[in-house]
Amino acid sequence: MKRHLISAADLSRDDALLILDTAEELAQMADRPIRKLPTLRGRTVVNLFYEDSTRTRISFEAAAKRLSADVINFSAKGSSVAKGESLKDTALTLEAMGADAVVIRHQASGAPHRLAGWVRGSVVNAGDGTHEHPTQALLDAFTMRRRLGRLDGLRVAIVGDVLHSRVARSNVLLLRTLGADVTLVAPPTLLPVAVSAWPCEISYDLATVLPKTDVVMMLRVQAERMNAAYFPTVREYSRRYGLDAARMALLPEHAIVMHPGPMNRGVEIAAEVADSARSTIVEQVANGVAVRMAVLYLLLSGVDPGPGIEATEVIR
Amino acid sequence: MTASQQTASQTWLIRNVRPAGGPATDLILSEGRITETGSGLTAPGAQVLDGTGLIALPGLVDLHTHLREPGREDAETVLTGTQAAALGGYTAVHAMANTEPVADTAGVVEQIWRLGRQAGYCDVQPVGAVTVGLEGSRLAELGAMADSAARVRIFSDDGRCVSDAVLMRRALEYVKAFGGVIAQHAQEPRLTEGAQLNEGEMSGLLGLAGWPAVAEEAIIARDCLLTAHVGSALHVCHVSTAGSVEIIRWAKSKGWRVTAEVTPHHLLLTDELAASYDPVYKVNPPLRTAADVAALRAGLADGTIDCVATDHAPHAVEDKETEWHVAAFGMTGLETALRVVHAAMVETGLLDWAQVADRMSVRPAAIGQLDGTAIGAAGQSLSAALHGRPLTAGSPANLVLYDPAARSVVDPAQHASRSRNTPFAGMDLPGQVIATFLRGEPVVLDGKLAR
Repeated sequence: MKRHLISAADLSRDDALLILDTAEELAQMADRPIRKLPTLRGRTVVNLFYEDSTRTRISFEAAAKRLSADVINFSAKGSSVAKGESLKDTALTLEAMGADAVVIRHQASGAPHRLAGWVRGSVVNAGDGTHEHPTQALLDAFTMRRRLGRLDGLRVAIVGDVLHSRVARSNVLLLRTLGADVTLVAPPTLLPVAVSAWPCEISYDLATVLPKTDVVMMLRVQAERMNAAYFPTVREYSRRYGLDAARMALLPEHAIVMHPGPMNRGVEIAAEVADSARSTIVEQVANGVAVRMAVLYLLLSGVDPGPGIEATEVIR
Repeated sequence: MTASQQTASQTWLIRNVRPAGGPATDLILSEGRITETGSGLTAPGAQVLDGTGLIALPGLVDLHTHLREPGREDAETVLTGTQAAALGGYTAVHAMANTEPVADTAGVVEQIWRLGRQAGYCDVQPVGAVTVGLEGSRLAELGAMADSAARVRIFSDDGRCVSDAVLMRRALEYVKAFGGVIAQHAQEPRLTEGAQLNEGEMSGLLGLAGWPAVAEEAIIARDCLLTAHVGSALHVCHVSTAGSVEIIRWAKSKGWRVTAEVTPHHLLLTDELAASYDPVYKVNPPLRTAADVAALRAGLADGTIDCVATDHAPHAVEDKETEWHVAAFGMTGLETALRVVHAAMVETGLLDWAQVADRMSVRPAAIGQLDGTAIGAAGQSLSAALHGRPLTAGSPANLVLYDPAARSVVDPAQHASRSRNTPFAGMDLPGQVIATFLRGEPVVLDGKLAR
């Protein structure tokens, strides 16, 4: 595996399967009375969050703590240039503290790439702007495999604001690597103009896609998109691209419904769908911890410079 | 102080140099002029420069330079910017108006013009803002700038587009009174809100807001039609798309007075470089695709695009060492332009050296009216300030000597520019500027500043 996890494209098929298999083992630990492993004792994981995302931060924090790592939470809201220190200066600070891994969430696409150039530890992308969110894609794949038993040949529909979705980008890349067939479903305004170059199918019509779908993943639609004329009204969006009970009935019997959260109930997903037996939404959250444990474990326990060596390098 | 008082008294004999890549000859420079050409020339007491293997080009003229002074002297000054220009082979640069304060009054353009004269490394011809404060709402006092000592002929809100169609029409009409030209930064603002990178495969992949080609092309098409309607002259800044080249080709075929420039970076680099998210590749208009690069090269080769202009845009380190979306747009270019054109156009067989002289000196000088075909009102001795003239006896001795056989890796630390944001850092590029003469005086010798 590479030193950083910035894009789902960083993962080979073997890497991805190793993470999923490792997560499977670690998930079983959650059923034990003592849910903690000593694996990363003495290692420091920094959660560097420039965007509010309580669920993702807590998920990474729980993952690191269950592996006995020291966790530092660093919230830096707002633009790094408008107020406070630059991302580079923050990176140098973290470097001086001896961070072995930095989990970064940032509103700017590419911020983890920049960070990786400034720190020696591993960088894990916890969502960057409208670019990628690779651990979300891993936990989604993990959830699909648990529910449906396979990924190869699985037909996955990703529905909604693909243009601005880091979840969609990472899922398209990872699912392709793992052999699934992805169809993106959205109004044309919410697809990138060159989406035809992506390794997936495109559709503007949800109803025709659903009967040929094993997994349907609904993306959150942000209210502010409406002001930029991406679609006429929330109601029209919901009618054409929302998943309600009637549409859900078009799915094959075994098919599952996913959502990365947080949901807009009544917009892209009806409450009765979100709460149905097909829905994996709560499971996704639980699986997130196991997958993030696997990622931190594989990134940090493989290469072992040891804290002492790190320190001498910093002094030099 | 007039230009003639500045001319050097030293006579130079340049031996065995190839003007515009043609047959080798000797040149004698004296009293600011080329006084003699031919083989086996002698000039008692002259400084001799062996030009064997070197090409001589008329001093390059840049229509698009950001010198940052006044306002951002931490990024560039007129002195450092013109030193960079001289090292790149330029003897005249047009200083864009987006300074702080904006060059929208006679006072500011005269200040910039005087700073250039004091620096003495190359002529600085200010560009005046089209609208007050570049705000796009009211015309600046274009006539006052035209009549000033700076003798402004090119007006531009560069960095921003004069997007209001009525204001653009009025500007085009108004400058007819003094033979001005409007240089447009073609960017439809609504189509490019928050735009970061060429809209296409890369922007989709990288999750960066797209800057669509149509936002440039729609403005160029509109402006060409407005120019024809009011019978004025339009210059299109930094053309970056294949579609723009087609529209300009069409406008020229109608006989309309439309000229255009392309930057060195748009001739060599593509948007794929943004995959690193390194803002050194962030520029406006953005780097485009390989197909656009090919169309721009073809357009420059067939003359649809008149000239190369650097859009030299120096930025302080802290404005570039950031996340992509908050980084400043722009790249430095003066010190690498000729070498990049060499790589993109000459090594590919698209232009010969005579055509390089045309696209980097003769035509930009004509567009900027520095070639003596238009006579201005005040201030400077025009006959001494001429640029873009052929390297023949009688022409002002503004020239660059270039070694086409040299090759080296671009090292920004060696640049005279105060900023280091060159996208060509680490690239192996052909050629080297050996000497630059401004009115007979060497400002660069042996590839280094000579004064």
